[in-house]
Amino acid sequence: MNSRLRWRKFVSGFMLAMTGVCALVSVSVLFLILGYLVFHGGTSISWNFFTKLPAPVGETGGGMANAIVGSGKLLLLAALIGVPVGFFGAIYLAEFSGSTTAFVVRYAADLLNGVPSIVIGIFAYSLVVLPFKHFSTLSGGFALGLMMIPITLRSTEEFLRSVPNALREAAMALGASKSKTIATVIVPAAYRGILTAVLLAFARVAGETAPLLFTAFGNRFWSQGWNQPTAALPEMIYRYAISPYDDWHRQAWAAGLVLLGLILIINIVARAILSRGIAVPRT
Amino acid sequence: MASTTTTVPSAGPVSGSRSFLSRLRQGDEIAHIITFLFAVSVVLVTLLLVFDLWQGSSLPRHKFGFNFFRTSVWDPIFDHFGALPFIYGTLVTATVSLLIAVPLGIGAAIFLAELAPARVSDTLEFFIDLLAAVPSVIYGLLGVFIVVPLMRQYIQPALKHSLGFLPLFQGPAYGVGFLTAGIVLAIMVIPYIISVSREVLLSVPRDQREAALSLGATRWESTWKVVVPFARGGILGSIFLALARALGETMAVTMVIGNTPAISASLFSSGYSIAAVIANELTEATSNLHYQSLIELGLVLFLLTFVLNGLARLLIVATSQRGAGMGNA
Repeated sequence: MNSRLRWRKFVSGFMLAMTGVCALVSVSVLFLILGYLVFHGGTSISWNFFTKLPAPVGETGGGMANAIVGSGKLLLLAALIGVPVGFFGAIYLAEFSGSTTAFVVRYAADLLNGVPSIVIGIFAYSLVVLPFKHFSTLSGGFALGLMMIPITLRSTEEFLRSVPNALREAAMALGASKSKTIATVIVPAAYRGILTAVLLAFARVAGETAPLLFTAFGNRFWSQGWNQPTAALPEMIYRYAISPYDDWHRQAWAAGLVLLGLILIINIVARAILSRGIAVPRT
Repeated sequence: MASTTTTVPSAGPVSGSRSFLSRLRQGDEIAHIITFLFAVSVVLVTLLLVFDLWQGSSLPRHKFGFNFFRTSVWDPIFDHFGALPFIYGTLVTATVSLLIAVPLGIGAAIFLAELAPARVSDTLEFFIDLLAAVPSVIYGLLGVFIVVPLMRQYIQPALKHSLGFLPLFQGPAYGVGFLTAGIVLAIMVIPYIISVSREVLLSVPRDQREAALSLGATRWESTWKVVVPFARGGILGSIFLALARALGETMAVTMVIGNTPAISASLFSSGYSIAAVIANELTEATSNLHYQSLIELGLVLFLLTFVLNGLARLLIVATSQRGAGMGNA
């Protein structure tokens, strides 16, 4: 073995080892994040955190019950907007549309998907907050719903398309109309995929903060109805983290742990649903 | 995935209103129309968003014109707005983040696609996907309480000590600033680079590797001189995606950049970014001009990410199709 070859083999081994180090470093970030959150936030999670309102400024204690409920309300609204539009839009793309309309819709969805979340916030602010003249749960839900649409739409379409044509043709051959075929054959065949798509979209918007700053705005008390500003977990994490109070920092960590735990669990469940069976039953 | 549109011929030739009525009764036309309305609403909302940003920023566009991007005075009291410090901050933090994230991300993607056994690769990819799902406010939280103190006490003094002769690493070490924001952004965009690059690398046909190895190339040479060049379009696409994400990122940057509208050569000094100034000032805009200037910044952000995302998608699709085409041949 001459020295040139030895050098090349050394370079090869070294560089490949370095790529391994890169992978290790990148993945370890996830565990670092989880570790820090559990370490700092774990001790601050208590019954009070889930049941109490934020304490008045300057007092310690209190919890984030209003933010948890607020996040729930915002996500409910988001789902009410994002899921139907995404789902039916995807059915149109996969089953009805010609190639030109499909291209335009897909293009618009991809464009919307790439819009920075802060710009979505501006849009919701000028479209919903300004006309009603106050911040509201509705406007926050609108902003989040807008973000859910493209994610749900594009992945639902992918899963609908992965249903084999044989199933469509079989249903049609039995005399089912197209709408009946879609409702009773195609959507059921792809339902795991669709559920996964919706859950992932849900997890994505659950942690969004930037669009909420101008819409849901935040609230230190219970939000009355849908037309009032409301607190939300991610928004509380932001405000508490940049505040000067140690007790708020402690609660920001706790809220971060709760939020990240929720999001990771939804992600893992969504992937488990998908992997437990392929989108189409094998027959 | 090969997209296959189904065109199942409708039962019998379509003839006049009777056939339309019967199809209406079966629900096909109704389903078609309803789903069409939902699909079109996506297009309409997107158009409305663009229109809203354009119309909402008419005042500063007419008043300042191109000077908006060239001047650096941001003064709500005298109603004069120049966006240069924000554009500068956004570009600098995005550049720093890419300088860190690109080598790390591509290295990790090479490991996942070329070296790791399929099961290890899939498991690691699962973790990378989870990492991509971590919300930006969590990165901000860790940035404020972990990265900033670390920067202030160890990393910035060390950089000053070793590379302090460069203007980049001078000035007091506050902890917050361009460098810290860039590092946090790097951590945030790495998962995107890894996922997309891995997919693209996996789509490179096996023959390419085998040909290189059979000519006597080492494993690294076959990877670096054959596989990576084959996939470079897609890898570039993943970098564009990451850049678009870094430019538009709000929360994490707002929390660690320091929020000072200043232009400074030093990466240690605190700055401001486009997204951060919108987040901080939009609800507190003092005048109409102030508000609309912020919207114009939003428009700039939108256009930047629009162009980058479009380029990225083109590159990624072109590269994977090339791989698929040759793989099947």
